[in-house]
Amino acid sequence: MTTILCRYGELFLKGGNRHIFLRALANNVRAAVRDLPEAKVSLPHGRVVVAVADQARAEACSRLERVFGLVSISPVASVAADIDAICAAAVVEAQAAVERDPDLRRSFKIEPHRSNKQFPLQSHEIACRAGDAVSEATGIPVDVHNPALRVGIEISTQATHVFAERRPAPGGLPAGVSGRAILLLSGGIDSPVAGWLAAKRGLAQEALTFHSPPFTGEKAKDKVIALARQLNRWQAVSTLWIAGFTETQKRLRAAGRPELAVVLYRRMMVRVADLLCERAHCGAIVTGDNLGQVASQTLTNMRNIEVAGRHLILRPLLTYDKVEITALARRIGTYDISALPFEDCCSLFVPAHPATAARLSDVERAEATLDVAKEAADIAEQAERIVL
Amino acid sequence: MIVYLDNAASTPPLPEVLAAVTHAMTDLYANPSSAHGLGAAAARALELARGEVAALLRAQPPEIVFCGGGTEANALGLLGAAGLARGRHMVVSAIEHPAILRSAESLVGKGWQLSRVAPAPDGRVTVESVLAALRPDTAVLAVMLANNEIGTLQPVAEIGRALRAAGRKLHFHVDAVQFAGLVPLDVETLAADSLAISGHKLHGPKGTGALWLRKGARVAPLWDGGRQENGLRSGTENLPGWVGLGRAATLCLHNPQAGQAVAALRDRLELLVLETIPEARNTVPATTPRAPHIASLLLPGLPAEPLLHALEARSVYASAGAACSTRAHGPSHVLAAIGIGERDAVLRFSLSRLTTESDVKVAALALREAVDEIASVVKLRRRDSKP
Repeated sequence: MTTILCRYGELFLKGGNRHIFLRALANNVRAAVRDLPEAKVSLPHGRVVVAVADQARAEACSRLERVFGLVSISPVASVAADIDAICAAAVVEAQAAVERDPDLRRSFKIEPHRSNKQFPLQSHEIACRAGDAVSEATGIPVDVHNPALRVGIEISTQATHVFAERRPAPGGLPAGVSGRAILLLSGGIDSPVAGWLAAKRGLAQEALTFHSPPFTGEKAKDKVIALARQLNRWQAVSTLWIAGFTETQKRLRAAGRPELAVVLYRRMMVRVADLLCERAHCGAIVTGDNLGQVASQTLTNMRNIEVAGRHLILRPLLTYDKVEITALARRIGTYDISALPFEDCCSLFVPAHPATAARLSDVERAEATLDVAKEAADIAEQAERIVL
Repeated sequence: MIVYLDNAASTPPLPEVLAAVTHAMTDLYANPSSAHGLGAAAARALELARGEVAALLRAQPPEIVFCGGGTEANALGLLGAAGLARGRHMVVSAIEHPAILRSAESLVGKGWQLSRVAPAPDGRVTVESVLAALRPDTAVLAVMLANNEIGTLQPVAEIGRALRAAGRKLHFHVDAVQFAGLVPLDVETLAADSLAISGHKLHGPKGTGALWLRKGARVAPLWDGGRQENGLRSGTENLPGWVGLGRAATLCLHNPQAGQAVAALRDRLELLVLETIPEARNTVPATTPRAPHIASLLLPGLPAEPLLHALEARSVYASAGAACSTRAHGPSHVLAAIGIGERDAVLRFSLSRLTTESDVKVAALALREAVDEIASVVKLRRRDSKP
């Protein structure tokens, strides 16, 4: 068995609702490792502890590194509450750590944490004994102020853990604790990142994407499914809705002046998302909008688009630079999928010169030529649903 | 009912091929190199398959090296020849398949110089331009028989004769992947040194191919190991695949008229399309010597990919001139070489000997509808692009 110690961050700050956040975190951790052999999750004070079979250790770590709400994880050695066993484990863990990263040989420190007050030695004594053992076995000098390597020893009434590895986890809040939302997901770089950021603040999401066959092909659809799957690995998105947009898009294109087309499409997408919000009990719509990036993302047009719906629209990327978005996309593993050439929303439908500040009255006049509520209802009704 | 007109990308394996592969997988699982009787049975089947492939090319069985596909056969012919060459200059046509072009480019920077011979606007390189590109230190020349995107035939036999007449001692490699199968092929008439074919382009299994290596011509193996295939292709023989390739070769040989029949259907398709879609035209003049199975049609001002999806929606499967023509893929080097820009759709309909008259009619009708559908949107866009 391998034990992995998971630490959570700002949940500590929560007051009376803390147990709700903790329960959600534990559920998400459980969901992440559920199918791994002999997986068990427990919640001793201040920690989440995951146990899995040894052969699943690497997979469990890589999954736990993607659970929002956790700030870091450490695979630990579980030993008997005995100082000799603790010292031996400290040596093994320190040696393994410097083997992974020789830079850590510069200096080390022992960080004991003794919540089991029955343990015969006090923290300082534990640190001295283990520190002597490690420096004797490895020759690494001690530096208690600015150590390169930190060897942790946690002695609680339930177990004794020794570790020298801390892997960062994404932090944030457990997905789901902030509520549910519909993510407008395209095949581009931005919207998956927006979905990831929203999940990081505790939103559970269902993604909605639009397709315009024959102007977009099966491979474009597969690309969005791949993006949704990648987001699902972060527990950011559970379901993907694929909505057919071709006929409505054609009608909207013909409804008004061509430069209004983008605003008309986006308003329709918001209407469809609105309906799915109701169906899937979601409180908000998340988009990849980025202020000033394209014509539909000016203040005027974002407002024009927003008023078509009834739900709150969240724009996690509003103030990000493209460079920042790209860096995040690479980190969360969506960039390479987004970079595939298949286009999701055919550029043929985008006018050559879209309006950057459409007049709402013009937009509404164009929409009056068709039954927009019915179009939205039909699209939502016929959307294909994929459980990820 | 689907109309599959993407045979230049891959052909469906024939039932006889499937049966041969299944039989080999089921019964001939022993290693052909093993000393026992089961190994001998496998080795015999391998040699039978080698004979079948040799017959397709009118070559001698020992001249056939089985490979893992057309790309590998081309690499063995081209890079293998370069590996033994004294000169450090290579000449290829500018419209070769990436299997040749990128292999050739991989040598640049390793002391090799590369010349690319541009085609004429009809998509053919001329004998003169190839000869003009040769230098005293030219060691390897590669020209394809049929271009995979536009189907034009290259004057390979004429080039070979001219090389012989000039007494040139260089390795002449021919990529016949897109040509072999429909039209009888006789390597002796090509005066080439090596020639590559691929199994899945002639109703055989994927992952199979062969290099014909003229007796006396030499190439260095791309890797070493158990020295199967006369030392040129180490690795346990892909017996099921190569038996399937052999069977596919024989079935091609049994249909010597297939080329003419397919060419007639191809011409019919082009005629129907040109009649019903006034703006369509042949990418290269119909009088250009062409492989029988490729119809390359140009639709001015239309995007290729939406057209393909619109065809697909009507159960007609084809390709763009290149594998795909979205921006990220970049323009096709073949179309660029004959002066066709990115603003026009070039669609490739490629037939096989399984294609029927009805397929061709359905495809022409579907294309008419697809063009209408896409053009209506494109016209809207063009209209408002105007100031």
